[in-house]
Amino acid sequence: MQENNVQYSSGSKPTELIDSSVIRLGGDSGDGMQLVGDLFTNTCAIFGDYFATLPDYPSEIRAPAGTIFGVSGFQLCIGGSEVFTPGDMYDTLIAMNPAALKVNLPQVRKGGTVIINEDAFIPKNLEKAGYTENPLDQSETWKNYRLVRVPMTSATQNLLSDLPLSSKEADRCKNFFALGVLLWLYNRSPEYSRKWMTKKFERKADILKANMRTFEGGLQFGETCAALNHRWNLKKSGPAPKAGVYRNITGNQAAAMGLMAAAERSGLRLFLGSYPITPATDIMHELSKYPDFATVFQAEDEIAGIGSAIGAAFGGALAATNTSGPGFSLKSEFMNLAVMTELPLVIIDVQRAGPSTGIPTKTEQSDMMQAMFGRHGESPMVVMAASTPKDCFDTAVEASRIALKYMTPVIMLSEGYLGNGSEVWRVPELDELPSFPAKFRTDPTNFKPYERDPETLARPWAIPGTPGLEHRLGGLEKLDGAGTVSQDGPNHEKMTHLRAAKVAKVAQDIPKTEVYGHPEAELLVLGWGGTAGVIKSAVRNLSGQGYKVACAHIRYLNPLPPDLESLLKKYKKVLLPELNSGQLWYRLRAELLINTEKLNKMQGQPFRIDEIESKIKSLLGAH
Amino acid sequence: MSTPTNTETSPKTVPTYSRKDFLSSTEPRWCAGCGTFATFNGITRAFVNAGIEREKFAVVSGIGCSSRLPYYSNTYGFHTIHGRAPTVAMGLKMANPDLNVWVITGDGDGLSIGGNHFIHLMRRNPNIKVVLFNNQIYGLTKGQTSPTSPLGAKTKSAPYGSVDRPMHPLTVALGAGATFVARVPDTDNELMYQVLNAASKHEGVAIVEVLINCVIFNDKVFESITNKETRPDTTVLLEAGKPLLFGANKDRGIIMKNDRPTVAKIGEGGARLEDVIIHDPQNPNSGYAFMLAEMGDSELPVPYGIFRQIHEHVHKPHAGKGNKEGLLKTLRGSNTWSVDNSGKISSLEK
Repeated sequence: MQENNVQYSSGSKPTELIDSSVIRLGGDSGDGMQLVGDLFTNTCAIFGDYFATLPDYPSEIRAPAGTIFGVSGFQLCIGGSEVFTPGDMYDTLIAMNPAALKVNLPQVRKGGTVIINEDAFIPKNLEKAGYTENPLDQSETWKNYRLVRVPMTSATQNLLSDLPLSSKEADRCKNFFALGVLLWLYNRSPEYSRKWMTKKFERKADILKANMRTFEGGLQFGETCAALNHRWNLKKSGPAPKAGVYRNITGNQAAAMGLMAAAERSGLRLFLGSYPITPATDIMHELSKYPDFATVFQAEDEIAGIGSAIGAAFGGALAATNTSGPGFSLKSEFMNLAVMTELPLVIIDVQRAGPSTGIPTKTEQSDMMQAMFGRHGESPMVVMAASTPKDCFDTAVEASRIALKYMTPVIMLSEGYLGNGSEVWRVPELDELPSFPAKFRTDPTNFKPYERDPETLARPWAIPGTPGLEHRLGGLEKLDGAGTVSQDGPNHEKMTHLRAAKVAKVAQDIPKTEVYGHPEAELLVLGWGGTAGVIKSAVRNLSGQGYKVACAHIRYLNPLPPDLESLLKKYKKVLLPELNSGQLWYRLRAELLINTEKLNKMQGQPFRIDEIESKIKSLLGAH
Repeated sequence: MSTPTNTETSPKTVPTYSRKDFLSSTEPRWCAGCGTFATFNGITRAFVNAGIEREKFAVVSGIGCSSRLPYYSNTYGFHTIHGRAPTVAMGLKMANPDLNVWVITGDGDGLSIGGNHFIHLMRRNPNIKVVLFNNQIYGLTKGQTSPTSPLGAKTKSAPYGSVDRPMHPLTVALGAGATFVARVPDTDNELMYQVLNAASKHEGVAIVEVLINCVIFNDKVFESITNKETRPDTTVLLEAGKPLLFGANKDRGIIMKNDRPTVAKIGEGGARLEDVIIHDPQNPNSGYAFMLAEMGDSELPVPYGIFRQIHEHVHKPHAGKGNKEGLLKTLRGSNTWSVDNSGKISSLEK
């Protein structure tokens, strides 16, 4: 137990102690639910709560107000002990309009709290949401929930009637009312939000006053509303977090931070060649903020994004490019050039639902096969996948380290779910990270551009500007050693094997695969990428109940961890959940001759814990 | 964190080079009589004259006959992929701004598959030199219509004549904002050298179109504007501050008549020498150079030389030099809290 069971407490209503809670905020894209979510999350952070968040937004920027397809969401799970996912069924829903209620109500657990903006339930909005009757009047529906009707719009207007604001401006403040109610409900201090508002609107006195007053109105509402008969506190349990500095971070931010950290650890300048694409663009946004640590080039297209990165790699930078599916396809010819010229390069693919434009804002794990095989010729590349938002940091550092050590392009797979999701991250001191200073060849004696290090099969990195090492690279096949153009058949075969052998060598850098769960497990749940949190949650729950189940998660997809085959063979059954139709499943059959049980989902949404749990139960039989 | 250049700290005198120093051990493998030889000669002469250490040159190319050039140049070189040389050159220059980066491309490589990169390279105005080998045909794939092949040109892919209107490379470059725009034929070594030399010294992007005679698939396509007999009547040499006069006796000039460039014989029909347009490559209005770049389709002569040379903002990335402390601060961001060894949480917010 932690010693400081910090709880904010004011007011008179009783509090109930809970382990964790899943909160869903739903409204129109313009309702400011993302901001409410951010402020609430940051408040929880300062209280030492654990959390994971997931913004869920439509691909239209401002879809028609009040419609089902315009509903934008923000979900978070807060807990007193470690939280692995943003959660499945909602304990609390805030719905700013009928459409948000309609979309989200099926996911609210029985007995959950539903807070609605009563004023938005007018005939026009009900019709837009496809309701023939006002759902608030259907008492049968509400037997299963704690319904809290809040006249949010009119309360806000009343509070602000003496201020010189238009009714539209006043209406925009109502998300702070919702924030006030939420903070009251979870018994979290309003101080952080007050400070934030004061700073944010310091030059707009009227707006500040309006937002502040609305916010206080929300807090007050909690105290006085009869339906809100109790509030919650989180039970702090489990080991105290490791000492250090913490922050909230999204996967895309973490990937950007990881690249900058890798540049520092290698002594190189970071270069990112990029082109805007959902959901990967935030990596470019983030790095663009820090010219002290990164050179960012917003290229004319995806191809130029990777082309410039390859040029920068030739020039001696730690080079990276980031994209999502469609851009990943466009980059494939250049990836081959990086393979042929054996230059270090990190390619980050934040996967989304495909093929083609697919569902750009929704998540999937369906580019793994493309990362492995989606290039012409025999073009092996190192592939690794991040497993959580904060793991995007470590994976980006590791991808950079491997790229430099082996002089090879490395693909890092992320997912929309990871890129946009966030969690608590302990910011490492830089010296806690591996150090891997880049070595440039400078000695012209016996210089051969394709001479190889016997340990890694890496070729020397000789950058333009170095006297006496002038040489030419290119996409034409290279003569082993000399690196001159060669069309000789046996040499080509040799080089094909060498390129494959080099990628295979990376296996020596892969740590032992860790197993978590029941010590006598019969079933292993194997995962890769963003399914880590949900698998671990399911296995934690069920192994705690005595189910003989454990899980393992792999970061390296090519080469596969050398201990994977023997590990999988230890279990009677292996379950492999993937957000695709079975891509790793296919490879395990092909490469290891191991048959695993598939669990697949392609709905643009991550797995829910109960989906994994019920599959585990069905495989283990009656308990 | 250091920028990885190998520049020496003490001032170093640049060695005196001869052209041979810029020739790699690989013998050029272009067809005998191809205009690329003369162009390669001009480029390496410009390298010798640049007064820059050999190791600071990087030659980046795409795919095509001309794009084999880096293999023959004893500098750093990168034979990239079809159409994409400008992108690699851009990244190389941004990562290593001390380098002298040259892009070698052709009409198919630079204007067809690489058209997008070409225009963006021009508009960004990095200090990169582009030599566009225009032979109006795809040579390496054996004779298909290129974006500069004239309407009706009979090629392997258009045996009944091309139905596509051609592109004027220099108008595209100008439209995209190029700051140094020039054209030379492959038959004039001296002009080639002068123009490439001027390009080499230009601050910003430079595009030099070289008219190349493809002896195999498009022989003599530029014959009337390159052979000694007809060239004086079919071309005009652009010289800064001098009138646009041409003809063996320099007795014809380009004048503006009804806002159109028109050929006038000096002394005839009231045409006076002082009416002839004076060439001004620094004309801030690109319309003038654009007009020159469109000449050559009717009785107007084809201009050779430097069309436009202006000074504009040169592309330069933001490049700070952060330290470890600054990086840690960046990683932490503005919203942090700390946990001490006893598990006590405190907000670090200011």
